[in-house]
Amino acid sequence: MFTLARSCARLIYFTLSEMGRMGIFLATSLLQIVVPPLQVTQLLRRIDFIGARSLLLIIFTGAFTGMVVAFQGYTALRRFGGEAFLGPGVGLSLIRELGPVLSALMITGRAGSALTAELGIMRITEQIDALEVMALNPIRYLVVPILVATLITFPLLNAVFVVVGIYGGYLVGVELLGVSAGSYFSQMSSAVTSADVWGGLYKSLSFGLIVAWVCCFKGFYAARGAEGVSHATTQAVVMCSVLILVWDYFLTSIL
Amino acid sequence: MIQFRNLHKSFGTQRVLAGMNLEIPERSIFVVIGRSGAGKSCLLKLLIGLLHPEAGEIQVNGVDVCSLRGRTLNDMRSRFGMLFQGGALFDSLSVYDNVAFPLREKTRFSESTIRRKVHERLAQVGLSGIDEKFPAELSGGMRKRVALARALVSEPEILLFDEPTTGLDPIRVNAIHQLIRDLHKKLRFTAIIVSHEIPEIFSIATHVAMLHDGTIIATGTADEIQASPNPVIQQFIHGRSEGPIEAN
Repeated sequence: MFTLARSCARLIYFTLSEMGRMGIFLATSLLQIVVPPLQVTQLLRRIDFIGARSLLLIIFTGAFTGMVVAFQGYTALRRFGGEAFLGPGVGLSLIRELGPVLSALMITGRAGSALTAELGIMRITEQIDALEVMALNPIRYLVVPILVATLITFPLLNAVFVVVGIYGGYLVGVELLGVSAGSYFSQMSSAVTSADVWGGLYKSLSFGLIVAWVCCFKGFYAARGAEGVSHATTQAVVMCSVLILVWDYFLTSIL
Repeated sequence: MIQFRNLHKSFGTQRVLAGMNLEIPERSIFVVIGRSGAGKSCLLKLLIGLLHPEAGEIQVNGVDVCSLRGRTLNDMRSRFGMLFQGGALFDSLSVYDNVAFPLREKTRFSESTIRRKVHERLAQVGLSGIDEKFPAELSGGMRKRVALARALVSEPEILLFDEPTTGLDPIRVNAIHQLIRDLHKKLRFTAIIVSHEIPEIFSIATHVAMLHDGTIIATGTADEIQASPNPVIQQFIHGRSEGPIEAN
């Protein structure tokens, strides 16, 4: 009984201290964004890695997500004779929900895990220590470019995901299942409001912040050699995925 | 002058330094020897502010390093260079960019001045003509020499060497030792070297200290240390498995 209580107390202590460290890490990183000079070369490198190199993946997943949503939507709407509302169904689900969430999850898997591993390897090979010895702030040099790059690339990739998804839905709904092209787009444009678009944008921005924050934190404080880096990478991907879904629920309930 | 006073450091339940005292004269080549895990690398990291002690102080020319934070700590670090055990070269940068890195980030030198300084340092470590190579394309010895060039390029007053020759063949070990001695003669920095290369490292040391059980058990010249009657020192420098130090 005593051992169980002690284990619980240790777990609570560890969780709270980890949350505290993560909070301090985020606050420090956000403060460092406004400290000049911005590492432009590093920023462009990160935008290329997180954004440009994820483009094909986002196009591919966006297209198939739109196609599946159109198929499922058409099957459900046909029961009530509402096939004309396929456009709004596809558009709203992609803009408000699927675009931000799925694109964030895909980027987490492709780029977030790699960023954690890269920072983790820099930690265990003392490259981060070397920056500190050179009197350079490793958070400003390594983390800030990633943070800024995710804030730039996540909304853009989300937009690509949504546009490609809408055309994927068009392909299935209009070209394959015979919904009128006019009603697909006209119903969509009348149903989707700017609030929906802004909502999707806010979501993708906050997901970008979550991915940069968690992946950088886990990599930055990786320890215990290769096993530690592997552990940090797994933890980062799992934590990002869960946080994205939980945070999505809260945002959906207030936006 | 660098002074460690009554320094204590632990990692969890493992006590590494227990009231350690040490004085390192300016412009010396000061070698710290001791068993693996004795706290030698920890000593260097405490000195440069990468780790913080539980108690005690470290003074560099009268300034307590442990009390420094932020800009004052960075100002102090600007006087140091460090050669890490694995080199700690940045994987994403070429050899040239690695060596130029501290100058680009911390000085306002023109690119032509930086180029001249980088090539000068690379020539001093015997690595001219490999500017475009990346760390992954270099041998262990070359990586250490590039790291040495990077540590030297900002002309530090104090240079820390964390096992600079670990994993190298005997010829490269002697070449690196020779290089440290030659550069020390030219640049007159204070060198603090943590090493296991015994007795080779004694040939370049002006002072030697042995760290054992969290404290410095002897300091002196290389000859004095080698002639020490202390059985712990004799067992360690002769690599005997039997004696007061347990092999496991």
